[in-house]
Amino acid sequence: MKILVTVKRVIDYNVQVRVKGDGSGVEKENVKMSMNPPDENAVEEALRIKEAGKADEIIILSIGEEKCQETIRTALAMGADRGILVKASDEVEPLAISKIVSKIVESEQPGLILMGKQAIDDDSNQTAQMTSALLEWPQATFASKIEIDGNSAKVTREIDEGLERIKVNLPFIASCDLRLNEPRYASLPNIMKAKKKPIDIKSAEDLGVDVSPRIENIKISEPPTRQKGVMVSDVAELVQKLKYEAKVI
Amino acid sequence: MSTLVLAEHNNIEVKSSTLNTISAASKFGGDIEVLILGSNIENISKEIANYQYVTKVLFLDSEKFEHAIAENIEPVIVSLADKYSHILAPATTFGKNIMPRVAVKLDVAQISDIVDIESEDTFIRPIYAGNALATIKTKDLKKVITVRPTSFDVVAKEGGSGVIESVNFDITESKVEFIDREESKSDRPELSTARIVVSGGRGLQSAENFKLISDIADKLNAAIGASRAAVDAGYVSNDYQVGQTGKVVVPDLYIAVGISGAIQHLAGMKESKIIVAINKDEEAPIFNIADYGLNADLFEALPALSSELDKLNSIEK
Ligand SMILES: Cc1cc2nc3c(=O)[nH]c(=O)nc-3n(C[C@H](O)[C@H](O)[C@H](O)COP(=O)(O)OP(=O)(O)OC[C@H]3O[C@@H](n4cnc5c(N)ncnc54)[C@H](O)[C@@H]3O)c2cc1C
Ligand SMILES: Nc1ncnc2c1ncn2[C@@H]1O[C@H](COP(=O)(O)O)[C@@H](O)[C@H]1O
Repeated sequence: MKILVTVKRVIDYNVQVRVKGDGSGVEKENVKMSMNPPDENAVEEALRIKEAGKADEIIILSIGEEKCQETIRTALAMGADRGILVKASDEVEPLAISKIVSKIVESEQPGLILMGKQAIDDDSNQTAQMTSALLEWPQATFASKIEIDGNSAKVTREIDEGLERIKVNLPFIASCDLRLNEPRYASLPNIMKAKKKPIDIKSAEDLGVDVSPRIENIKISEPPTRQKGVMVSDVAELVQKLKYEAKVI
Repeated sequence: MSTLVLAEHNNIEVKSSTLNTISAASKFGGDIEVLILGSNIENISKEIANYQYVTKVLFLDSEKFEHAIAENIEPVIVSLADKYSHILAPATTFGKNIMPRVAVKLDVAQISDIVDIESEDTFIRPIYAGNALATIKTKDLKKVITVRPTSFDVVAKEGGSGVIESVNFDITESKVEFIDREESKSDRPELSTARIVVSGGRGLQSAENFKLISDIADKLNAAIGASRAAVDAGYVSNDYQVGQTGKVVVPDLYIAVGISGAIQHLAGMKESKIIVAINKDEEAPIFNIADYGLNADLFEALPALSSELDKLNSIEK
Protein backbone atom coordinates (compact mmCIF):
# COMPACT_ATOMS: atom_id res chain seq x y z
CA MET A 1 0.00 0.00 0.00
CA LYS A 2 1.09 3.53 -0.77
CA ILE A 3 0.44 6.36 1.65
CA LEU A 4 0.05 9.89 0.32
CA VAL A 5 0.93 12.65 2.80
CA THR A 6 0.33 16.34 2.07
CA VAL A 7 2.68 18.93 3.51
CA LYS A 8 2.22 22.69 3.38
CA ARG A 9 5.01 25.23 3.63
CA VAL A 10 3.99 27.89 6.13
CA ILE A 11 5.54 30.63 8.25
CA ASP A 12 7.18 28.88 11.20
CA TYR A 13 4.92 28.74 14.24
CA ASN A 14 7.52 30.52 16.38
CA VAL A 15 7.60 33.61 14.16
CA GLN A 16 5.71 36.65 15.37
CA VAL A 17 3.63 37.30 12.26
CA ARG A 18 3.53 40.96 11.15
CA VAL A 19 0.83 42.55 9.07
CA LYS A 20 2.10 44.72 6.20
CA GLY A 21 1.42 48.42 6.49
CA ASP A 22 -0.51 48.59 3.22
CA GLY A 23 -3.01 45.95 4.26
CA SER A 24 -2.06 43.61 1.42
CA GLY A 25 -0.98 40.68 3.55
CA VAL A 26 1.56 39.60 6.13
CA GLU A 27 5.33 39.99 5.97
CA LYS A 28 6.89 36.95 4.29
CA GLU A 29 10.26 38.38 3.26
CA ASN A 30 13.15 36.89 5.23
CA VAL A 31 10.79 35.03 7.48
CA LYS A 32 11.52 31.48 8.59
CA MET A 33 9.32 28.95 6.80
CA SER A 34 8.62 25.40 7.99
CA MET A 35 6.37 22.45 7.47
CA ASN A 36 2.86 23.05 8.80
CA PRO A 37 3.05 21.45 12.30
CA PRO A 38 0.26 18.84 12.06
CA ASP A 39 1.67 17.78 8.67
CA GLU A 40 4.76 16.62 10.58
CA ASN A 41 2.44 14.38 12.57
CA ALA A 42 0.99 13.10 9.32
CA VAL A 43 4.47 12.23 8.01
CA GLU A 44 5.39 10.58 11.32
CA GLU A 45 2.22 8.49 11.31
CA ALA A 46 2.89 7.33 7.76
CA LEU A 47 6.40 6.27 8.76
CA ARG A 48 5.08 4.30 11.72
CA ILE A 49 2.50 2.54 9.56
CA LYS A 50 5.21 1.64 7.09
CA GLU A 51 7.55 0.49 9.86
CA ALA A 52 4.76 -1.74 11.15
CA GLY A 53 4.78 -3.45 7.75
CA LYS A 54 1.39 -2.09 6.71
CA ALA A 55 2.59 0.14 3.88
CA ASP A 56 5.46 0.02 1.46
CA GLU A 57 5.80 3.50 0.07
CA ILE A 58 5.28 7.03 1.38
CA ILE A 59 4.72 9.80 -1.14
CA ILE A 60 4.92 13.43 -0.06
CA LEU A 61 2.84 16.02 -1.91
CA SER A 62 3.18 19.77 -1.62
CA ILE A 63 1.44 22.43 -3.66
CA GLY A 64 2.89 25.88 -4.05
CA GLU A 65 5.98 27.69 -5.21
CA GLU A 66 9.34 26.12 -6.09
CA LYS A 67 10.57 26.47 -2.50
CA CYS A 68 8.05 23.89 -1.27
CA GLN A 69 10.72 21.42 -2.35
CA GLU A 70 12.50 22.26 0.89
CA THR A 71 9.44 21.18 2.85
CA ILE A 72 9.22 17.99 0.82
CA ARG A 73 12.93 17.36 1.52
CA THR A 74 12.27 17.70 5.23
CA ALA A 75 9.68 14.92 5.00
CA LEU A 76 12.03 12.81 2.88
CA ALA A 77 14.73 13.29 5.51
CA MET A 78 12.32 12.02 8.13
CA GLY A 79 12.08 8.85 6.04
CA ALA A 80 9.47 9.26 3.31
CA ASP A 81 10.32 7.74 -0.07
CA ARG A 82 9.63 10.31 -2.77
CA GLY A 83 8.01 13.65 -3.40
CA ILE A 84 5.67 15.41 -5.77
CA LEU A 85 5.63 19.17 -6.11
CA VAL A 86 2.68 20.71 -7.89
CA LYS A 87 3.72 24.21 -8.80
CA ALA A 88 1.20 26.97 -8.31
CA SER A 89 1.13 30.43 -6.75
CA ASP A 90 1.56 30.29 -3.01
CA GLU A 91 -2.06 31.12 -2.18
CA VAL A 92 -4.03 28.22 -3.56
CA GLU A 93 -7.32 27.81 -1.71
CA PRO A 94 -8.35 24.50 -0.10
CA LEU A 95 -10.97 23.95 -2.83
CA ALA A 96 -8.29 23.81 -5.54
CA ILE A 97 -5.84 21.94 -3.29
CA SER A 98 -8.43 19.20 -2.81
CA LYS A 99 -8.91 18.95 -6.59
CA ILE A 100 -5.15 18.68 -7.12
CA VAL A 101 -4.86 15.99 -4.44
CA SER A 102 -7.70 14.07 -6.12
CA LYS A 103 -5.86 14.20 -9.46
CA ILE A 104 -2.70 12.85 -7.86
CA VAL A 105 -4.74 10.08 -6.25
CA GLU A 106 -5.97 9.05 -9.71
CA SER A 107 -2.44 8.43 -10.91
CA GLU A 108 -0.82 7.21 -7.68
CA GLN A 109 -3.67 5.08 -6.27
CA PRO A 110 -2.69 5.33 -2.61
CA GLY A 111 -4.55 3.29 0.00
CA LEU A 112 -4.46 6.04 2.60
CA ILE A 113 -4.13 9.82 2.63
CA LEU A 114 -2.84 11.67 5.67
CA MET A 115 -3.12 15.45 6.01
CA GLY A 116 -2.80 18.00 8.78
CA LYS A 117 -6.05 19.03 10.40
CA GLN A 118 -5.42 22.71 9.85
CA ALA A 119 -2.90 24.93 8.14
CA ILE A 120 -1.61 27.43 10.69
CA ASP A 121 -1.49 30.27 8.17
CA ASP A 122 -5.03 30.34 6.74
CA ASP A 123 -6.53 28.34 9.64
CA SER A 124 -9.05 26.91 7.15
CA ASN A 125 -9.48 23.35 8.37
CA GLN A 126 -11.08 22.26 5.10
CA THR A 127 -8.77 20.37 2.76
CA ALA A 128 -9.13 16.83 4.13
CA GLN A 129 -12.93 17.07 4.31
CA MET A 130 -13.11 18.43 0.75
CA THR A 131 -10.80 15.76 -0.60
CA SER A 132 -12.82 13.07 1.15
CA ALA A 133 -16.02 14.34 -0.46
CA LEU A 134 -14.44 14.56 -3.92
CA LEU A 135 -13.01 11.05 -3.75
CA GLU A 136 -16.01 9.61 -1.90
CA TRP A 137 -13.58 8.09 0.58
CA PRO A 138 -14.49 8.06 4.27
CA GLN A 139 -13.00 10.84 6.35
CA ALA A 140 -11.48 10.59 9.83
CA THR A 141 -10.78 14.15 10.84
CA PHE A 142 -8.91 15.53 13.88
CA ALA A 143 -7.34 12.12 14.47
CA SER A 144 -5.37 11.52 17.66
CA LYS A 145 -5.07 7.75 17.19
CA ILE A 146 -5.12 5.58 14.06
CA GLU A 147 -5.17 1.79 14.36
CA ILE A 148 -5.08 -0.01 11.04
CA ASP A 149 -6.15 -3.63 11.08
CA GLY A 150 -6.26 -5.31 7.68
CA ASN A 151 -8.80 -3.55 5.52
CA SER A 152 -10.23 -1.27 8.14
CA ALA A 153 -9.09 1.19 10.76
CA LYS A 154 -10.26 2.46 14.10
CA VAL A 155 -9.68 6.16 14.49
CA THR A 156 -9.98 8.27 17.64
CA ARG A 157 -11.08 11.81 16.87
CA GLU A 158 -10.73 14.89 19.02
CA ILE A 159 -14.08 16.67 19.18
CA ASP A 160 -15.36 19.56 21.27
CA GLU A 161 -17.13 17.19 23.66
CA GLY A 162 -14.12 14.90 24.17
CA LEU A 163 -13.19 11.91 22.05
CA GLU A 164 -15.06 9.96 19.39
CA ARG A 165 -14.10 6.60 17.91
CA ILE A 166 -15.10 5.55 14.43
CA LYS A 167 -14.37 2.63 12.16
CA VAL A 168 -13.63 3.18 8.48
CA ASN A 169 -12.60 0.96 5.60
CA LEU A 170 -9.52 1.59 3.54
CA PRO A 171 -8.93 3.60 1.46
CA PHE A 172 -9.73 6.57 3.69
CA ILE A 173 -8.43 10.00 4.47
CA ALA A 174 -7.39 11.25 7.88
CA SER A 175 -6.60 14.73 9.13
CA CYS A 176 -4.07 14.62 11.91
CA ASP A 177 -4.05 16.38 15.26
CA LEU A 178 -0.81 17.38 16.98
CA ARG A 179 -1.50 14.77 19.66
CA LEU A 180 -1.41 11.89 17.16
CA ASN A 181 2.28 11.22 17.80
CA GLU A 182 5.65 12.81 18.47
CA PRO A 183 7.33 13.57 15.11
CA ARG A 184 10.94 12.39 14.84
CA TYR A 185 13.91 14.55 13.97
CA ALA A 186 15.78 13.73 10.81
CA SER A 187 19.21 12.25 11.47
CA LEU A 188 22.21 13.58 9.58
CA PRO A 189 22.66 10.43 7.46
CA ASN A 190 18.98 10.57 6.57
CA ILE A 191 19.25 14.23 5.60
CA MET A 192 22.09 13.25 3.24
CA LYS A 193 20.08 10.34 1.84
CA ALA A 194 17.05 12.56 1.30
CA LYS A 195 19.03 14.70 -1.14
CA LYS A 196 19.04 11.79 -3.57
CA LYS A 197 15.38 10.90 -3.26
CA PRO A 198 13.30 11.88 -6.30
CA ILE A 199 10.88 14.81 -6.41
CA ASP A 200 8.57 14.86 -9.40
CA ILE A 201 7.58 18.36 -10.48
CA LYS A 202 4.25 19.09 -12.11
CA SER A 203 2.07 22.13 -12.48
CA ALA A 204 -1.57 22.70 -11.68
CA GLU A 205 -2.17 23.31 -15.41
CA ASP A 206 -0.67 19.90 -16.28
CA LEU A 207 -3.28 18.37 -14.02
CA GLY A 208 -6.03 20.48 -15.53
CA VAL A 209 -7.01 22.09 -12.24
CA ASP A 210 -8.13 25.70 -12.22
CA VAL A 211 -6.49 27.32 -9.20
CA SER A 212 -7.83 30.83 -9.69
CA PRO A 213 -9.02 32.15 -6.33
CA ARG A 214 -12.67 32.40 -5.45
CA ILE A 215 -11.94 34.66 -2.54
CA GLU A 216 -10.53 38.14 -2.79
CA ASN A 217 -8.49 39.58 0.05
CA ILE A 218 -9.87 43.06 0.50
CA LYS A 219 -7.67 43.92 3.44
CA ILE A 220 -5.42 42.22 5.97
CA SER A 221 -5.32 44.19 9.20
CA GLU A 222 -3.78 44.10 12.62
CA PRO A 223 -6.16 42.85 15.30
CA PRO A 224 -6.95 45.36 18.05
CA THR A 225 -4.21 45.25 20.68
CA ARG A 226 -4.94 44.91 24.37
CA GLN A 227 -3.59 47.46 26.78
CA LYS A 228 -1.20 45.97 29.27
CA GLY A 229 -2.88 46.12 32.65
CA VAL A 230 -1.47 46.42 36.15
CA MET A 231 0.50 44.08 38.38
CA VAL A 232 -1.04 43.40 41.77
CA SER A 233 1.09 42.71 44.80
CA ASP A 234 -0.89 39.87 46.33
CA VAL A 235 -3.99 37.72 46.15
CA ALA A 236 -6.00 39.97 48.48
CA GLU A 237 -5.43 42.93 46.17
CA LEU A 238 -6.35 40.81 43.14
CA VAL A 239 -9.68 39.82 44.69
CA GLN A 240 -10.43 43.42 45.64
CA LYS A 241 -9.75 44.58 42.08
CA LEU A 242 -11.88 41.84 40.55
CA LYS A 243 -14.71 42.55 42.94
CA TYR A 244 -14.80 46.36 43.06
CA GLU A 245 -12.91 47.62 40.01
CA ALA A 246 -13.64 45.09 37.26
CA LYS A 247 -16.82 43.86 38.98
CA VAL A 248 -16.53 40.42 37.46
CA ILE A 249 -16.79 38.28 40.61
CA MET B 1 -32.23 35.72 -0.45
CA SER B 2 -32.57 33.12 2.25
CA THR B 3 -30.20 31.36 4.59
CA LEU B 4 -30.00 27.77 5.72
CA VAL B 5 -28.54 27.18 9.19
CA LEU B 6 -27.41 23.70 10.19
CA ALA B 7 -28.42 23.06 13.80
CA GLU B 8 -25.96 21.52 16.26
CA HIS B 9 -27.51 19.42 19.02
CA ASN B 10 -27.16 16.11 20.82
CA ASN B 11 -30.71 14.84 20.10
CA ILE B 12 -31.82 16.12 23.51
CA GLU B 13 -30.62 19.69 23.64
CA VAL B 14 -29.86 22.32 21.05
CA LYS B 15 -26.29 23.57 21.44
CA SER B 16 -25.89 27.26 22.08
CA SER B 17 -23.64 27.45 18.99
CA THR B 18 -26.85 27.09 16.97
CA LEU B 19 -28.25 30.24 18.57
CA ASN B 20 -25.08 32.18 17.72
CA THR B 21 -25.21 30.94 14.15
CA ILE B 22 -28.85 31.99 13.72
CA SER B 23 -27.83 35.38 15.05
CA ALA B 24 -25.09 35.62 12.40
CA ALA B 25 -27.62 34.57 9.73
CA SER B 26 -29.95 37.37 10.82
CA LYS B 27 -27.38 39.91 9.57
CA PHE B 28 -28.25 38.97 5.98
CA GLY B 29 -31.83 40.10 6.48
CA GLY B 30 -33.55 37.32 4.51
CA ASP B 31 -35.54 34.29 5.62
CA ILE B 32 -33.79 31.91 8.00
CA GLU B 33 -34.49 28.21 7.71
CA VAL B 34 -32.92 25.78 10.14
CA LEU B 35 -32.05 22.22 9.16
CA ILE B 36 -31.94 19.65 11.93
CA LEU B 37 -30.88 16.05 11.43
CA GLY B 38 -31.03 13.62 14.31
CA SER B 39 -32.83 10.83 16.05
CA ASN B 40 -36.00 11.52 18.07
CA ILE B 41 -35.73 15.22 17.51
CA GLU B 42 -39.38 16.17 17.45
CA ASN B 43 -39.16 18.19 20.65
CA ILE B 44 -36.06 20.12 19.78
CA SER B 45 -37.37 20.79 16.26
CA LYS B 46 -40.39 22.46 17.84
CA GLU B 47 -38.15 24.37 20.19
CA ILE B 48 -36.08 25.75 17.31
CA ALA B 49 -39.24 26.85 15.48
CA ASN B 50 -39.80 29.32 18.33
CA TYR B 51 -36.36 30.88 18.15
CA GLN B 52 -36.13 34.49 17.12
CA TYR B 53 -35.77 35.05 13.32
CA VAL B 54 -36.51 31.43 12.39
CA THR B 55 -39.00 31.19 9.53
CA LYS B 56 -38.86 27.45 8.96
CA VAL B 57 -37.48 24.30 10.50
CA LEU B 58 -36.59 21.41 8.21
CA PHE B 59 -36.14 18.17 10.05
CA LEU B 60 -35.02 14.68 9.19
CA ASP B 61 -35.59 12.23 11.99
CA SER B 62 -33.82 8.89 11.65
CA GLU B 63 -31.64 6.58 13.69
CA LYS B 64 -29.08 7.03 10.95
CA PHE B 65 -28.57 10.58 12.18
CA GLU B 66 -28.16 9.78 15.84
CA HIS B 67 -24.45 10.53 15.53
CA ALA B 68 -23.36 13.41 13.38
CA ILE B 69 -21.56 11.53 10.61
CA ALA B 70 -20.40 14.09 8.07
CA GLU B 71 -20.76 11.70 5.12
CA ASN B 72 -24.46 11.25 5.90
CA ILE B 73 -25.32 14.88 6.59
CA GLU B 74 -23.53 16.49 3.64
CA PRO B 75 -25.72 15.00 0.85
CA VAL B 76 -28.89 16.16 2.61
CA ILE B 77 -27.64 19.73 2.73
CA VAL B 78 -26.48 19.55 -0.88
CA SER B 79 -29.91 18.30 -1.97
CA LEU B 80 -31.52 21.36 -0.37
CA ALA B 81 -28.88 23.88 -1.39
CA ASP B 82 -30.59 25.29 -4.51
CA LYS B 83 -32.94 27.48 -2.54
CA TYR B 84 -30.40 29.30 -0.44
CA SER B 85 -27.91 32.09 -0.95
CA HIS B 86 -26.09 31.29 2.29
CA ILE B 87 -25.52 28.03 4.16
CA LEU B 88 -24.20 28.41 7.69
CA ALA B 89 -23.00 26.12 10.46
CA PRO B 90 -21.11 26.81 13.67
CA ALA B 91 -17.31 26.60 13.49
CA THR B 92 -17.25 23.82 16.07
CA THR B 93 -15.81 20.37 15.40
CA PHE B 94 -19.35 19.46 14.26
CA GLY B 95 -19.61 22.19 11.61
CA LYS B 96 -15.96 22.02 10.59
CA ASN B 97 -16.37 18.36 9.82
CA ILE B 98 -19.32 18.80 7.48
CA MET B 99 -19.28 22.16 5.71
CA PRO B 100 -16.13 21.79 3.56
CA ARG B 101 -17.78 18.69 2.06
CA VAL B 102 -20.88 20.71 1.21
CA ALA B 103 -18.75 23.47 -0.33
CA VAL B 104 -16.73 21.19 -2.58
CA LYS B 105 -19.86 19.40 -3.78
CA LEU B 106 -21.32 22.79 -4.73
CA ASP B 107 -17.94 23.79 -6.17
CA VAL B 108 -17.59 26.87 -3.98
CA ALA B 109 -14.90 27.96 -1.57
CA GLN B 110 -15.82 27.53 2.06
CA ILE B 111 -15.39 30.52 4.33
CA SER B 112 -14.17 29.36 7.73
CA ASP B 113 -14.71 30.80 11.16
CA ILE B 114 -16.12 34.24 10.40
CA VAL B 115 -16.15 36.75 13.24
CA ASP B 116 -18.02 39.55 11.47
CA ILE B 117 -20.22 40.17 8.45
CA GLU B 118 -19.69 43.29 6.34
CA SER B 119 -22.20 42.51 3.62
CA GLU B 120 -23.78 39.52 1.93
CA ASP B 121 -20.46 38.56 0.33
CA THR B 122 -17.83 40.19 2.54
CA PHE B 123 -16.68 38.75 5.85
CA ILE B 124 -13.99 39.12 8.47
CA ARG B 125 -12.06 36.13 9.74
CA PRO B 126 -8.91 35.69 11.81
CA ILE B 127 -5.85 34.11 10.20
CA TYR B 128 -2.41 33.21 11.58
CA ALA B 129 -3.83 32.29 14.99
CA GLY B 130 -5.54 35.65 15.21
CA ASN B 131 -2.35 37.60 14.48
CA ALA B 132 -4.16 39.14 11.54
CA LEU B 133 -7.73 39.79 10.53
CA ALA B 134 -8.67 39.23 6.91
CA THR B 135 -11.51 41.06 5.24
CA ILE B 136 -12.47 38.80 2.38
CA LYS B 137 -15.00 38.90 -0.42
CA THR B 138 -16.20 35.77 -2.11
CA LYS B 139 -16.97 35.56 -5.80
CA ASP B 140 -19.09 32.44 -5.38
CA LEU B 141 -22.83 32.94 -5.71
CA LYS B 142 -23.60 30.47 -2.96
CA LYS B 143 -21.83 31.12 0.30
CA VAL B 144 -20.91 28.20 2.52
CA ILE B 145 -19.75 29.51 5.85
CA THR B 146 -18.77 28.44 9.34
CA VAL B 147 -19.40 30.97 12.11
CA ARG B 148 -17.28 31.48 15.22
CA PRO B 149 -19.99 31.22 17.87
CA THR B 150 -18.35 33.50 20.45
CA SER B 151 -18.30 36.39 17.97
CA PHE B 152 -22.09 36.58 17.66
CA ASP B 153 -24.77 37.03 20.32
CA VAL B 154 -27.28 34.30 20.98
CA VAL B 155 -30.80 34.83 19.64
CA ALA B 156 -33.78 34.73 21.97
CA LYS B 157 -35.34 31.31 22.40
CA GLU B 158 -38.76 32.73 21.76
CA GLY B 159 -40.39 35.22 19.45
CA GLY B 160 -40.10 33.19 16.28
CA SER B 161 -42.93 31.38 14.58
CA GLY B 162 -41.31 29.01 12.16
CA VAL B 163 -43.23 26.36 10.30
CA ILE B 164 -41.98 22.81 10.68
CA GLU B 165 -41.47 20.63 7.66
CA SER B 166 -39.95 17.21 7.27
CA VAL B 167 -37.31 16.61 4.63
CA ASN B 168 -37.60 13.83 2.09
CA PHE B 169 -34.32 12.17 1.49
CA ASP B 170 -33.22 8.67 0.59
CA ILE B 171 -30.61 7.93 3.19
CA THR B 172 -27.77 5.84 1.87
CA GLU B 173 -25.73 3.33 3.83
CA SER B 174 -23.03 4.98 5.88
CA LYS B 175 -19.41 4.37 5.04
CA VAL B 176 -18.39 5.28 8.54
CA GLU B 177 -19.25 3.21 11.56
CA PHE B 178 -19.66 5.08 14.82
CA ILE B 179 -18.10 3.15 17.71
CA ASP B 180 -18.40 5.33 20.78
CA ARG B 181 -17.84 8.66 22.42
CA GLU B 182 -16.03 9.61 25.57
CA GLU B 183 -17.53 12.86 26.75
CA SER B 184 -16.26 14.67 29.82
CA LYS B 185 -19.11 14.99 32.23
CA SER B 186 -19.14 17.81 34.73
CA ASP B 187 -21.61 19.94 36.62
CA ARG B 188 -19.63 23.05 35.82
CA PRO B 189 -20.68 25.55 33.16
CA GLU B 190 -19.68 24.66 29.62
CA LEU B 191 -16.25 25.96 28.64
CA SER B 192 -17.22 27.72 25.42
CA THR B 193 -20.07 29.70 27.01
CA ALA B 194 -19.00 30.12 30.64
CA ARG B 195 -18.94 33.60 32.18
CA ILE B 196 -15.76 32.78 34.06
CA VAL B 197 -12.97 30.43 32.97
CA VAL B 198 -10.06 29.29 35.15
CA SER B 199 -7.30 27.73 33.04
CA GLY B 200 -4.22 25.81 34.04
CA GLY B 201 -1.00 25.23 32.14
CA ARG B 202 2.17 23.22 32.38
CA GLY B 203 2.96 25.11 35.59
CA LEU B 204 0.44 22.90 37.39
CA GLN B 205 2.85 19.98 36.97
CA SER B 206 0.33 17.14 37.39
CA ALA B 207 -3.26 16.01 37.07
CA GLU B 208 -3.38 15.88 40.89
CA ASN B 209 -2.49 19.54 41.17
CA PHE B 210 -5.30 20.49 38.81
CA LYS B 211 -7.50 20.17 41.91
CA LEU B 212 -6.18 23.60 42.84
CA ILE B 213 -7.78 24.89 39.63
CA SER B 214 -11.07 23.05 40.11
CA ASP B 215 -11.32 24.35 43.66
CA ILE B 216 -11.16 27.95 42.42
CA ALA B 217 -13.50 27.14 39.53
CA ASP B 218 -16.08 25.73 41.96
CA LYS B 219 -15.97 28.84 44.10
CA LEU B 220 -16.47 31.11 41.12
CA ASN B 221 -18.97 28.85 39.35
CA ALA B 222 -16.49 28.82 36.49
CA ALA B 223 -15.54 26.44 33.70
CA ILE B 224 -12.08 24.89 33.58
CA GLY B 225 -9.73 25.40 30.67
CA ALA B 226 -6.18 24.35 29.89
CA SER B 227 -3.23 25.04 27.65
CA ARG B 228 -2.17 22.48 25.06
CA ALA B 229 0.89 21.66 27.13
CA ALA B 230 -1.35 20.72 30.06
CA VAL B 231 -3.51 18.52 27.84
CA ASP B 232 -0.51 16.92 26.14
CA ALA B 233 0.92 16.08 29.55
CA GLY B 234 -2.34 14.38 30.46
CA TYR B 235 -3.42 16.71 33.30
CA VAL B 236 -6.88 17.10 31.71
CA SER B 237 -8.61 15.78 28.58
CA ASN B 238 -8.50 17.38 25.14
CA ASP B 239 -11.89 19.09 25.35
CA TYR B 240 -10.44 21.51 27.93
CA GLN B 241 -7.93 22.97 25.50
CA VAL B 242 -8.18 26.67 24.72
CA GLY B 243 -6.42 28.10 21.68
CA GLN B 244 -5.75 28.01 17.96
CA THR B 245 -6.33 24.28 17.77
CA GLY B 246 -8.67 24.07 20.74
CA LYS B 247 -11.66 26.14 21.79
CA VAL B 248 -12.19 29.86 21.56
CA VAL B 249 -13.61 31.41 24.72
CA VAL B 250 -14.74 34.95 25.44
CA PRO B 251 -15.69 35.00 29.12
CA ASP B 252 -16.09 38.08 31.31
CA LEU B 253 -13.17 36.77 33.35
CA TYR B 254 -10.33 34.49 32.24
CA ILE B 255 -7.79 33.42 34.84
CA ALA B 256 -4.61 31.92 33.35
CA VAL B 257 -2.55 30.03 35.90
CA GLY B 258 0.91 28.66 35.10
CA ILE B 259 0.40 29.45 31.41
CA SER B 260 3.19 31.28 29.57
CA GLY B 261 1.01 32.94 26.95
CA ALA B 262 2.11 31.39 23.64
CA ILE B 263 0.43 33.00 20.64
CA GLN B 264 -1.47 29.76 19.95
CA HIS B 265 -3.00 29.92 23.43
CA LEU B 266 -3.82 33.63 23.15
CA ALA B 267 -5.70 32.85 19.91
CA GLY B 268 -8.36 31.20 22.04
CA MET B 269 -8.76 33.70 24.88
CA LYS B 270 -7.45 37.15 24.11
CA GLU B 271 -10.91 38.57 23.47
CA SER B 272 -11.92 37.85 27.07
CA LYS B 273 -13.24 40.92 28.87
CA ILE B 274 -10.92 40.71 31.88
CA ILE B 275 -7.76 38.61 31.88
CA VAL B 276 -5.89 37.63 35.04
CA ALA B 277 -2.49 35.95 34.87
CA ILE B 278 -0.78 34.14 37.72
CA ASN B 279 2.77 33.18 36.86
CA LYS B 280 6.06 32.95 38.71
CA ASP B 281 8.03 34.26 35.76
CA GLU B 282 7.67 38.03 35.64
CA GLU B 283 8.75 37.98 31.98
CA ALA B 284 5.98 35.60 30.93
CA PRO B 285 4.28 36.99 27.77
CA ILE B 286 0.84 36.36 29.27
CA PHE B 287 1.41 39.46 31.45
CA ASN B 288 1.46 41.63 28.30
CA ILE B 289 -2.22 41.04 27.72
CA ALA B 290 -3.39 40.60 31.32
CA ASP B 291 -5.52 43.27 32.96
CA TYR B 292 -4.31 42.05 36.34
CA GLY B 293 -1.03 40.21 36.72
CA LEU B 294 0.15 38.42 39.80
CA ASN B 295 3.80 37.42 39.80
CA ALA B 296 3.71 34.55 42.27
CA ASP B 297 4.12 30.83 42.76
CA LEU B 298 0.77 29.26 41.95
CA PHE B 299 1.16 26.72 44.74
CA GLU B 300 0.97 29.59 47.20
CA ALA B 301 -1.32 31.88 45.24
CA LEU B 302 -4.13 29.41 44.52
CA PRO B 303 -4.72 28.29 48.14
CA ALA B 304 -4.59 31.96 49.18
CA LEU B 305 -7.08 32.85 46.45
CA SER B 306 -9.31 30.06 47.62
CA SER B 307 -9.47 31.42 51.15
CA GLU B 308 -9.93 35.02 49.95
CA LEU B 309 -12.93 33.84 47.92
CA ASP B 310 -14.28 32.07 51.02
CA LYS B 311 -14.00 35.30 52.97
CA LEU B 312 -15.82 37.16 50.23
CA ASN B 313 -18.57 34.58 50.13
CA SER B 314 -19.05 34.68 53.91
CA ILE B 315 -19.31 38.49 53.88
CA GLU B 316 -21.98 38.25 51.23
CA LYS B 317 -23.99 35.73 53.22
C1 LIG C 1 0.29 24.34 15.51
C2 LIG C 1 0.24 24.59 16.98
C3 LIG C 1 -0.99 24.74 17.59
C4 LIG C 1 -1.07 24.96 18.96
N1 LIG C 1 -2.31 25.12 19.52
C5 LIG C 1 -2.38 25.42 20.84
C6 LIG C 1 -3.65 25.64 21.48
O1 LIG C 1 -4.71 25.52 20.86
N2 LIG C 1 -3.68 25.96 22.78
C7 LIG C 1 -2.51 26.09 23.53
O2 LIG C 1 -2.60 26.40 24.72
N3 LIG C 1 -1.32 25.85 22.96
C8 LIG C 1 -1.23 25.52 21.65
N4 LIG C 1 0.00 25.24 21.10
C9 LIG C 1 1.17 25.14 22.01
C10 LIG C 1 1.77 26.48 22.38
O3 LIG C 1 2.69 26.87 21.38
C11 LIG C 1 2.51 26.37 23.73
O4 LIG C 1 3.48 25.34 23.65
C12 LIG C 1 1.59 26.06 24.92
O5 LIG C 1 0.49 26.95 24.91
C13 LIG C 1 2.37 26.19 26.22
O6 LIG C 1 1.56 25.83 27.31
P1 LIG C 1 1.88 26.38 28.76
O7 LIG C 1 1.83 27.86 28.75
O8 LIG C 1 1.01 25.66 29.72
O9 LIG C 1 3.35 25.83 29.04
P2 LIG C 1 4.73 26.62 29.14
O10 LIG C 1 4.96 27.47 27.96
O11 LIG C 1 5.75 25.62 29.50
O12 LIG C 1 4.50 27.60 30.35
C14 LIG C 1 4.37 27.20 31.68
C15 LIG C 1 4.31 28.47 32.50
O13 LIG C 1 4.06 28.13 33.86
C16 LIG C 1 4.82 28.98 34.68
N5 LIG C 1 5.02 28.28 35.95
C17 LIG C 1 5.71 27.12 36.17
N6 LIG C 1 5.65 26.78 37.46
C18 LIG C 1 4.92 27.73 38.08
C19 LIG C 1 4.52 27.94 39.42
N7 LIG C 1 4.86 27.07 40.39
N8 LIG C 1 3.79 29.02 39.72
C20 LIG C 1 3.44 29.90 38.73
N9 LIG C 1 3.79 29.77 37.45
C21 LIG C 1 4.52 28.68 37.12
C22 LIG C 1 6.11 29.20 33.92
O14 LIG C 1 6.74 30.41 34.34
C23 LIG C 1 5.61 29.27 32.48
O15 LIG C 1 5.31 30.61 32.10
C24 LIG C 1 0.10 25.02 19.74
C25 LIG C 1 1.34 24.86 19.12
C26 LIG C 1 1.41 24.64 17.75
C27 LIG C 1 2.75 24.46 17.13
N1 LIG D 1 -0.57 24.04 -0.47
C1 LIG D 1 -0.66 22.86 0.14
N2 LIG D 1 0.21 21.87 -0.14
C2 LIG D 1 0.14 20.67 0.49
N3 LIG D 1 -0.77 20.38 1.42
C3 LIG D 1 -1.67 21.32 1.74
C4 LIG D 1 -1.69 22.60 1.13
N4 LIG D 1 -2.70 23.32 1.68
C5 LIG D 1 -3.29 22.52 2.57
N5 LIG D 1 -2.69 21.32 2.63
C6 LIG D 1 -3.00 20.17 3.51
O1 LIG D 1 -4.28 20.34 4.06
C7 LIG D 1 -4.21 20.44 5.49
C8 LIG D 1 -5.29 21.35 6.01
O2 LIG D 1 -5.14 22.65 5.48
P1 LIG D 1 -6.29 23.75 5.54
O3 LIG D 1 -7.53 23.09 5.04
O4 LIG D 1 -5.81 24.86 4.63
O5 LIG D 1 -6.38 24.19 6.97
C9 LIG D 1 -2.78 20.88 5.77
O6 LIG D 1 -2.38 20.49 7.06
C10 LIG D 1 -2.02 20.15 4.66
O7 LIG D 1 -1.78 18.79 5.02
